[in-house]
Amino acid sequence: MAINWFKYSAPTAFYGLAGKMIPWFAVPAAVLFMVGMYIGFFVAPTDAIQSEAYRIIFIHVPASILSMFIYLIMAGYAALGLIFNTRLSSMMATALAPTGALFAFISLWTGALWGKPMWGAWWVWDARLTSELILLFLYLGFIALQSSIEDPRRADRAGALLAIVGSVNVPIIYFSVKWWNTLHQGATIKFTGTSMHVAMQQAMFIMLLACWLYVIAVTLARVRSIILERERNTQWVNELKEVRS
Amino acid sequence: MKPRQKRLMFIIAGLALVAAAVGLVLFALKDNVSLYFTPTQVYHKEAPQGRSFRIGGLVEEGSVKRQGDGLTVYFNITDTAKSMPVVYKGILPDLFKEGKGVVAQGKLQDDNVFHAEEVLAKHDENYMPPEAMHALEEAAKSQSGVSAVSSPAAAPTLTPAK
Amino acid sequence: MSPAEFFAMNGYGFYVWGSYGVALLVIGIEIALVRHKRTITLRQLRMERDAGEEQ
Repeated sequence: MAINWFKYSAPTAFYGLAGKMIPWFAVPAAVLFMVGMYIGFFVAPTDAIQSEAYRIIFIHVPASILSMFIYLIMAGYAALGLIFNTRLSSMMATALAPTGALFAFISLWTGALWGKPMWGAWWVWDARLTSELILLFLYLGFIALQSSIEDPRRADRAGALLAIVGSVNVPIIYFSVKWWNTLHQGATIKFTGTSMHVAMQQAMFIMLLACWLYVIAVTLARVRSIILERERNTQWVNELKEVRS
Repeated sequence: MKPRQKRLMFIIAGLALVAAAVGLVLFALKDNVSLYFTPTQVYHKEAPQGRSFRIGGLVEEGSVKRQGDGLTVYFNITDTAKSMPVVYKGILPDLFKEGKGVVAQGKLQDDNVFHAEEVLAKHDENYMPPEAMHALEEAAKSQSGVSAVSSPAAAPTLTPAK
Repeated sequence: MSPAEFFAMNGYGFYVWGSYGVALLVIGIEIALVRHKRTITLRQLRMERDAGEEQ
């Protein structure tokens, strides 16, 4: 097979760049996570209504926001890959999916552990909870679909279609508490501001930033393995220091 | 396992997940996707007759009465326009309080009382320390002269659907 | 506040620590999986290259 590796110049350049970038996201993520936890547990006051149980919010809200946000980014990359046939975008979509699923799971898990003591139920089939569960299934469906197709380019295309169609679910999750009667309360972070005490707000935004930086770091690490796997017959991969040794 | 079998298994798993997702959508879409009916909707006979449904609103101030057995409790659920008497036997969630949000699952019986099997508390998206809440309540009291409404933000979700 | 009081979280300790514990656990698993994936991908590449050179 003749290899025209100029065609793959984007993944080639990106592989090295991603490797250099990972610590710049991973280290601040860890530091901010610890700062956020400190403010969340030692600075933020107790809540008037929910007492200490409300402290679950500092992981629940960032995980929920990111589970939706990652999906949109993933669908955007998948769409770019589908339209412009850029291989790196499709690889980014593939690399984002497991982390998106992870945050959707954390959102549901922490929500159940928050719902039980406050509402009186681990789970209710209300519009907010159900649409978030569907988001988790969309991620899992995307991963399963891509791994079921051996030809990577066909897998990219099929996954992209699922990701794009599924993205209608994201606004449904966000607005579900407005559109329907739900047990879940309204959004804490709105376009117009938040409804929280200032130290609670700081803890939540720092945790959100920490999680976001973590997502970037772990996605870059994952996409590097995907690049290596998909470009394994190219000269540049075989000339890499880590492959030669 | 042969690659083809593996592929088939993944496709089946994928299809099962999509089917589960569609099923959940349909399940959620029934009853207009809303988790509960408001007392006004129940008054206008928009809630299902003779079968279990959920009713949501605020626990009416001064309506909570407990019976001697310590388990049975009577209260009214209100959306400020209409109010619905409820009877429930069981343990109430920690956040169950007069003037606060509540969602009850049960049946409307012939005595026009809602017999609840499950009572869930609904809280709002406002988070503040006790002192701040106390200050807000005091301010509301001195302004309007009536007792403080716990949360203005909970009101929109509790207004009857158009 | 004593450490015991802190961990009790006013009776909600199970729910609060159950949330953070599992969240940290699954994030830890993800990091381990991503690292493992890199190790096996590199091993695979070396094996394929060595097999190619022998032919």
